[in-house]
Amino acid sequence: MKKAMLFAVMLALFVLQRGARAEDSPIHGFIQGNYSADTDARNPDNGRLKWSEERGQLRLDATREPYRLFIKTDVFYDNVAQAQDVELREGYVDLTGEKWDARAGRQIITWGVGDLIFINDVFPKDYEAFFSGRPMEYLKKGVDGVKAGLYPGGVSIEAVAIPFFEPNNLPDTRRFWLFDPMPNVQNRVKKEPASTPRNTELAIRAYGSAAGFDASLYAYKGWHRNPSMRPGGMGSPARITLVYPELRVYGGSLQKAALDGVMSLEAGYYDSRDGKAGQDPLVPNSQARFLAGYQRQLREDLTLGVQYYGERMMQYSAYESTAMPGFPKEPRYRQVASLRLTQLLMHQNLRLQWFSFYGITDRDYLLNPEARYNFTDNIWAAVGAMIFGGAKDTTQFGSLDRNDNAYMQVRYEF
Amino acid sequence: MKKYLFICLSALLVAASARAAAPEEIMRSSQAAFLYQGKDFKARVVMRLTGKTGAERIRELTMLRKNSGAPGGDQKYFIYFYKPADVKDMTFMVYKYPKKDDDRWLFIPALNMVRRIAAQDKASSFVGSDFTYEDVSGRDIDDDAHVLVKEERLGSSDCYVVKSAPKEGGMDYAYKLSWIDKGNYLPLKEEYYDGRSGLYKVFSADEIKTISGIPTVTRRAMKNLSSGHKTEAEFTRVEYNTGIEDSLFSERFLKQPPKKRIE
Repeated sequence: MKKAMLFAVMLALFVLQRGARAEDSPIHGFIQGNYSADTDARNPDNGRLKWSEERGQLRLDATREPYRLFIKTDVFYDNVAQAQDVELREGYVDLTGEKWDARAGRQIITWGVGDLIFINDVFPKDYEAFFSGRPMEYLKKGVDGVKAGLYPGGVSIEAVAIPFFEPNNLPDTRRFWLFDPMPNVQNRVKKEPASTPRNTELAIRAYGSAAGFDASLYAYKGWHRNPSMRPGGMGSPARITLVYPELRVYGGSLQKAALDGVMSLEAGYYDSRDGKAGQDPLVPNSQARFLAGYQRQLREDLTLGVQYYGERMMQYSAYESTAMPGFPKEPRYRQVASLRLTQLLMHQNLRLQWFSFYGITDRDYLLNPEARYNFTDNIWAAVGAMIFGGAKDTTQFGSLDRNDNAYMQVRYEF
Repeated sequence: MKKYLFICLSALLVAASARAAAPEEIMRSSQAAFLYQGKDFKARVVMRLTGKTGAERIRELTMLRKNSGAPGGDQKYFIYFYKPADVKDMTFMVYKYPKKDDDRWLFIPALNMVRRIAAQDKASSFVGSDFTYEDVSGRDIDDDAHVLVKEERLGSSDCYVVKSAPKEGGMDYAYKLSWIDKGNYLPLKEEYYDGRSGLYKVFSADEIKTISGIPTVTRRAMKNLSSGHKTEAEFTRVEYNTGIEDSLFSERFLKQPPKKRIE
């Protein structure tokens, strides 16, 4: 009932803003349909749809300097689950000074220079959204926390404190075929870090520009956002606890115009506190991660982006000696390449895009072609596909092999 | 006395011939008058893109510009988008260097992400319009060979007509003719010619207002004769020398543009 009320409120607001036609209206948003159908196998629950929903979003942006209030709320009806819900995507208050600012509330933070490769972007992601063919913005999840910015001149600093842990959202096992090393134990309990002062996540970034370089340094103290499995009892576990081990990340990034394009470099050390010695096979080993990217305009409205990514497991021999049977063996060094081609046509109203990952080590892939057309200044639609595969069904994209889907997004934006 | 007269005459002659023989100077003055006026500049720009069939698209944005030094030198641009709705709140920043590729950054609000954008081709379309980045922020005078073709009246203005041909290939046009107002040095008309079809693109300054003592083109159009597509741009709320801080052109304000600067 509450939700029906919210729908009504949204509709009323939408009508109001249409009527007001204020030049710089503080209210914007969209109404959207988003559908994705299997093209390979049916879902594990025998359904054919990865995603099917109608969604409305309202954004309120009100500024009275030095304060600003921003609220972005979605209401949606999920045709697959046959359920409606309300989602606060972002909601925060800004306070701005001359050389500092602060933001408190739910906010989306994006760090690093990778294109869909995240090293120092330690903030939560929604992989289900990405793999289901939802609009790109839904890959990022908001965090509930406080961010402070300091701008003394020269080097700027961004510091984030997150008291409420938010895990990554992984694909739903009813809609997605996924690799499961312990398929016989379905009794699973999620155990997220409790919201205590000691558990509060801290992230800091210092950045500046010099000699054409954009440079950043990052540090993070918090948790892995993908869960690790912890069997309940020795011998024959009847229960698996999904835990989020402690993690620290230290890294840096550089970006510069070079070689007639833009060069990006990023590196990070994933200090997995609980898995430091590498002897607990169920906790991720510490890793060094590295990324090099290059982006170039090949000709007018045609852009190429290539990336190379590598991650090195730090305590490999310890990992090897304690590896669990049934779990796929991780390589010491894992390499992935990505390719993005974007062609704009018809006065940039039509966008053709190709994005792909290729696992050099894992020999697996993700292919994502997409075409998007702006029918008017307010209506656009996109069609695309998510295609997965690989040599083994235990790797990142190989395990998603049976989840190929074709998707459509239609949006009226106001 | 005779000697004095001779010096005067020769000085005048030199000046006159320099003026006549230096179309580069005319173009330099024109660029200064058209794209470098004031220390800084702010305007609300509405672009109306019209296709051959009459279908219309609107781009609305606030443009801020700050010069680093003398006309013809480096500039910084800050652009905030109001329309269309799918790019609302996006910001775009350009560090323009006449002698090399620009540095460009784009802020995508839905992801709260600043992206550096590859920008080799200054002759590519600006936000899908018929204007190119060069039309918005200028082209290095030394990249073209300039010839003063003639002087003639255009409407009520006496104009220089200068032919500018790119020294290097790779441009869409073989040469362009510019009608430069002798009084205020604003370009009143430009015609773009290519090797095959001849005249194919026409720029016109359709309204000029004097704002804070500076003659300013407040309405302009670019018509592509071969595609039938045209873009009309209207500049309102034009302000000069409002003291735009250098710090505005930074990641901080790209993410959170100060309201007073973008209104």
